[in-house]
Amino acid sequence: MNITFALIGNPNSGKTTLFNQMTGSNQRVGNFPGVTVEKKDGPVRGHKGVTVVDLPGIYSLSPYTAEEVVTRDFLIYEKPDAIINIIDATNIERNLYLTLQLMELNVPMILALNMMDEIHSSGESIDIQKLEEQLGIPVVPISASKNDGVDELTHRAIKCAEHKTKPKNLDFCCGHVHNAIHSIAHLITEEAKAAGLPLRFAAAKIVEGDQPVIDRLKLMEPELDIIQHIVDDMESHLNTDREAAIADMRYAFIESICKECVKKSAPSREHLRSVQIDNVMTHKYFAIPIFLGIMLFVFWLTFGIFGSGLSDLLSLGIDSITQAVDHALSQVNINPALHSLIINGVFAGVGSVLSFIPIILVLFFFLSLLEDSGYMARVAFVMDKLLRKIGLSGRSFIPMLIGFGCSVPAIMATRTLPSERDRKMTIILTPFMSCSAKLPIYAVFTAAFFPNHGPLVMISLYLLGILVGILVGLLLKKTVFEGSPVPFVMELPPYRLPSAKSVTLKMWERAVDFLKRAFTVIFIATIIIWALQSFDFGFNMVSDTGDSMLAGAGKLVAPIFAPLGFSDWRAATALVTGLTAKEAMVSTFAILLGASDTASVTPLLSQLFVPLSAFSFLTFSLLYMPCVAAMAAVRRELGGWKNAILAMSFQTFVAWIAAFLVYQIGSFIF
Amino acid sequence: MKTTLDKLKMGSKGIISNVGGEGALRRRLLDMGLTPNTTVMVRKVAPLGDPIELHLRNYELTIRQEDAGKIEVTEVAE
Repeated sequence: MNITFALIGNPNSGKTTLFNQMTGSNQRVGNFPGVTVEKKDGPVRGHKGVTVVDLPGIYSLSPYTAEEVVTRDFLIYEKPDAIINIIDATNIERNLYLTLQLMELNVPMILALNMMDEIHSSGESIDIQKLEEQLGIPVVPISASKNDGVDELTHRAIKCAEHKTKPKNLDFCCGHVHNAIHSIAHLITEEAKAAGLPLRFAAAKIVEGDQPVIDRLKLMEPELDIIQHIVDDMESHLNTDREAAIADMRYAFIESICKECVKKSAPSREHLRSVQIDNVMTHKYFAIPIFLGIMLFVFWLTFGIFGSGLSDLLSLGIDSITQAVDHALSQVNINPALHSLIINGVFAGVGSVLSFIPIILVLFFFLSLLEDSGYMARVAFVMDKLLRKIGLSGRSFIPMLIGFGCSVPAIMATRTLPSERDRKMTIILTPFMSCSAKLPIYAVFTAAFFPNHGPLVMISLYLLGILVGILVGLLLKKTVFEGSPVPFVMELPPYRLPSAKSVTLKMWERAVDFLKRAFTVIFIATIIIWALQSFDFGFNMVSDTGDSMLAGAGKLVAPIFAPLGFSDWRAATALVTGLTAKEAMVSTFAILLGASDTASVTPLLSQLFVPLSAFSFLTFSLLYMPCVAAMAAVRRELGGWKNAILAMSFQTFVAWIAAFLVYQIGSFIF
Repeated sequence: MKTTLDKLKMGSKGIISNVGGEGALRRRLLDMGLTPNTTVMVRKVAPLGDPIELHLRNYELTIRQEDAGKIEVTEVAE
């Protein structure tokens, strides 16, 4: 028998840890169709035919966020055989709030009471049997991080699915809300059936005023009138509105359960420790220095020590293999076109894909540490005020900061943002932060045109990127993303020691995901650029790149850049090759200007630019669409080429406008 | 004493009497347990002066000053 479980719970409830324990590393990562909400599934270890789907971490089944809507649609329409609802036992009150809503969905359900080790060690206790009686669903105490109780959970969940034991309808409502739900349930029995919605869920959502559910039921005018009357009646009796009435009722019911089943001690040791750590980490004066210190350290390790060390090692390996193959190919006197394809196309492509791996591994190791320890939420808490004006929250700070290192992991890091809107906006803004691959371009140009003001020009470019990011953020907030700011109401989870398993798995998952999604894109792009560079329009191999198709294309697009001050085809060509990797622009200039190596490019650049047009060119290079690796990441996170191409065209457009302004205003002044 | 949550001093407690605001924000506040009659403690203010950290229902929550201003509370004397 094939069984599908839906794993669901609040953020920070240990959901991912449990998922990892149940599936091992055998997971499939993807998106829900049409939205940038991640969906993971995998077979349960040791049980053939049993699959578990990891749904987004949510607090409620409200209609307001993509995550919540996707989750409830999945539960209602995909009909998993059972729901495994994981809750954090140390935070049972708020966690049960989602549980009560899930129980309305009429799907067999089991409760996994996680973090029981912390409950025991702090001298608290939870009466499992009583909790089962009160809720009417099986409850299994577990400790996901220690793998305690996970086997029993799986066994009982399978039983639950086989017996199709659905949660009974709880009479957790009292008085007026209860009456309203029941009257409405009677009224809409047929419509709920026709719409395929669980009756109790539909009735409760109507009382709540959940528009999508009301629309889906296709109710007639007279019924809507009666419903309105019932709700008005309830509101006037309770002296509150419908949404508050239901939330209040649920929490009141939970409080009564907890009073019966949970024996609390004074604030637990873990909690006190967490508060103490937090007093330092979010200290009035130390918080920001500590944050900057941590990020500098992570950057230093990622792009300095480990990242570059591993990258160097990797490229050493690739270089030596390349050389060996190159030598071998020369020996056998192979066709020069094929020779070039293998060395400059295939090997270069593979090399450029692999060069990102060390950075991704190291960076996501640290980011997972920060996320799992609970520190990431504090960063959002500390930095929120800075990003609020552009319509984002403190959560977006880390991805943007990583953008200064490399856009690829920065864009991948947006996946942990809790709202779809914030994710999309952050993905569009992040590439404006000047990534480290652009430094070689800046270096060559400042040496050529601003030898006495190098640092000033560099800093102004970084600031320009930030400024454009802010302006575009404001623009997006007023246009595309208008009217739907996601409320910044965020849990600050207790500080916990991250588990090595979870951190390594996350790191591994990201690297594999990148390889899978980016490999083809980067590889094909490199081959295309290689072909354009190596052949002329008659598909003859060229010895001088100036005769190639790429140069032809450069000549074709060059006039577009005339208003920006650089209409030479070689500049346009460099911008095209810059798409494979930004630093490749330097070597393209070297080839096209006939320099013997990249170091001797500097004096030759004055053939193409004057200082003002050089700065305009740098502005364009800073802002225009990111390299193919970042494009692949954007496509992955935005869930398709359409959105990705839209985002990149927009960035290129912004770059053109900015460079245009720089050049025109500059010509006016000087 | 009746006031709003953003006016409470660090370390002081209040009992929620009404949750204002609308749409996604209000729903989110309610979902996170900021319902009438809940006791809330203001634990901390962020280094830049906003947002604030609350303690309620045995966990920590952060909300912005502006949104806290929509939550009416009765201050609890210590």
